[in-house]
Amino acid sequence: MEPSPWRGVLQRLRRDSEYIAIPVIALVISAVAFSLFLLAIGKAPLVFFELVHRGGFGSAFSIQNTLQRAAPLIFTALAVAIPARIGLVMIGGEGALVIGGFTSAAIAIPMLDRISPMPTLMIMALVGALTGGVWIGLAGFLRHARGVNETISSLLLTYIGIAVMNFFVEGALRDLTNPNKPSTKPLGDAYMVGKIPGTDVHWGFAAGILIAILLHILMTRTTFGFAARVTGGNPRAAMAQGLPVGKLIVICSMLAGACAGLAGFFEVAAIQGRANASIAAGYGFTGILVSFLARHNPIAIIVVAIMFGGIVASGGLVQRRMDLPDATVLVLQGMTFVILLVSETLYGRFAFFRIDEGRDRT
Amino acid sequence: MSEFRISRRQFMHGAGAMGASGLLAGASTPALAAGVTLGIVYVGPRDDFGWNQAHAVAIKGLKAVAGVKAVEEENVPETDACSKSMESMVNLDGANIVLGTSFGYFTPFMIDLAKKYPKVEFRHAAPLWDGSKHPKNLGSYFGYLNQAHYVNGVAAGLSTKSNKLGFVAAKPIASVLSNINSFLLGARKVNPNAVVQVIFTGDWSLPVREAEATNALVDAGCDVITCHVDGPKVVIETAEKRGVKSCGHNASQAPLAPKGFLTGAEYKWETIYKIYADKVAKGEPLPNMLAGGYDTDMVMNTPFGAGASEEARKAATAAIADLKAKKPIYVGPLKDNKGNLVIDKTYDNYDPYLDQMNYLLEGVIGSIT
Repeated sequence: MEPSPWRGVLQRLRRDSEYIAIPVIALVISAVAFSLFLLAIGKAPLVFFELVHRGGFGSAFSIQNTLQRAAPLIFTALAVAIPARIGLVMIGGEGALVIGGFTSAAIAIPMLDRISPMPTLMIMALVGALTGGVWIGLAGFLRHARGVNETISSLLLTYIGIAVMNFFVEGALRDLTNPNKPSTKPLGDAYMVGKIPGTDVHWGFAAGILIAILLHILMTRTTFGFAARVTGGNPRAAMAQGLPVGKLIVICSMLAGACAGLAGFFEVAAIQGRANASIAAGYGFTGILVSFLARHNPIAIIVVAIMFGGIVASGGLVQRRMDLPDATVLVLQGMTFVILLVSETLYGRFAFFRIDEGRDRT
Repeated sequence: MSEFRISRRQFMHGAGAMGASGLLAGASTPALAAGVTLGIVYVGPRDDFGWNQAHAVAIKGLKAVAGVKAVEEENVPETDACSKSMESMVNLDGANIVLGTSFGYFTPFMIDLAKKYPKVEFRHAAPLWDGSKHPKNLGSYFGYLNQAHYVNGVAAGLSTKSNKLGFVAAKPIASVLSNINSFLLGARKVNPNAVVQVIFTGDWSLPVREAEATNALVDAGCDVITCHVDGPKVVIETAEKRGVKSCGHNASQAPLAPKGFLTGAEYKWETIYKIYADKVAKGEPLPNMLAGGYDTDMVMNTPFGAGASEEARKAATAAIADLKAKKPIYVGPLKDNKGNLVIDKTYDNYDPYLDQMNYLLEGVIGSIT
């Protein structure tokens, strides 16, 4: 008997629903665990979750607040996710963000008032992506050519990146009219990336979503993505198949660095208007969390980044209304992270989600 | 760990309320009309024994004033997060005055917010407001902490045996240099042989390097240590552990050094915050620039600790009286430590020339480059 064509679709849906069901269950468990924590310190969990809703998602203002905070996280999470697909644990997004932001601000200085804003911004974005790409690409190259652990080298490169920026911002490129906070020259309003019309959210958010989608297509629908995933699965086997493993590793690392570099560009061109120590605000590190929670899936990263943005956006309201320290939100993030990581071990353990493909053929 | 943090916070809360009830009993502050909501944003934790705590202590005092509501947010980075936090205070808490206490909040964030919310007053804790460029509902406030560092210097100059005083400093910028130079002049006033050795750590909060710097200064023979970093906790604790005396900075660190603490340079933000709340309640315009030192009750010194001798206490108290009477600290001519004449005449304590300081005076061992 021919199986109904719908059967396969339904089965696939059932199989894929595992990727939604398990994180949702993990989130519910973390919410319960966090509620117990709140009860233990004498605070009402319902008030907390109501405030998270109101501060993160409850009004037009709150939603824009959330989206704006999500924007850099999408980029920095992609900087972790793309190398993860090829089997690398790259955690140096913060450094690439800082280098990308700094170089984009530096390249703009001679162009201000000589070249019109649009091409200037284009060049800034390109330079930011390129230098960010080189930064993480370096960690990828060291991994492939010298066997250096990319996790450690990319983390160390972060500190070098911040030091390089500080060196120039406090020295050669310092804006002397600003005696107290070492910064590069300001771009000026005309040279800033604007807001998405009708909102208070800058274009970086839209760009982040677009790039996440493009990278998702690249990693799942192209031969490049296929080769990268094969390498991630087993680099030796990939090499035996004749795949250019080294090239793939360096390119994925550069793509990752370019994402973080763009985050830096938007921090400079949409937020700060100049490069200074404030652009190292920790987005690169939060991005690691976001990427792991999204299981390195670019589309899921968008969702998780918005969820994170909402939690952070509501953190202030929670502090103010419940008289809780700022660390409360960190406790929630930490609990969620651990529980989600533990839930990773559950994939494939529930018979409900399994498709026994052999049965149809016999 | 978090349990401990909270219990300490609750303790501080209680302590603040107790202090406030004492304040009300004194009835020195009139009750304000209802409807003042003040929002304040801190860059670090409220209990850092430093800059943020100094503001938080003042807010505790303000909260006790009838009719004033204060909302606080800590650990807000100098990114658009700060403008979102402030906007949230305006939109969700109805704040009519918002205070930003970290340098990087001002440009561009508070400038843009002031334009966006013309009915809300914004004030920032550093002298950055410029009437020719910035909105009228924005402004600056700060305290001339160098005056209290001068008093520190007087106490330190009479407490040292080696005549070497140590200063752990963050960055060689004008406000830090002014504190170092004032500390030296205070010490020299009572002890012409005193020198100040300075180590710059390079950033506002580098606890490991601050401890190293403190140890290096003690190893070099300094027997009184002070500092200008965001959270002086590590410096004061390390000095105490090494058995030398110490002077504080920003907030009270007296509990950290029960043996060696002399006194400390503290801001008295409460004076400024009460002026703001009072004016908002009465519907009067707020000053765009509000700054002062001892003569306007905007800075103070921590009550003397066990390390301060009777002689040091007397001299420091006299120095405070001098400052209240506006006696100048910078009495010229003075040279920098490279031999250039930098202070050509005697300057008033609020002379703008002194705000541009980019040198260390003769008697300071160290270099800003």
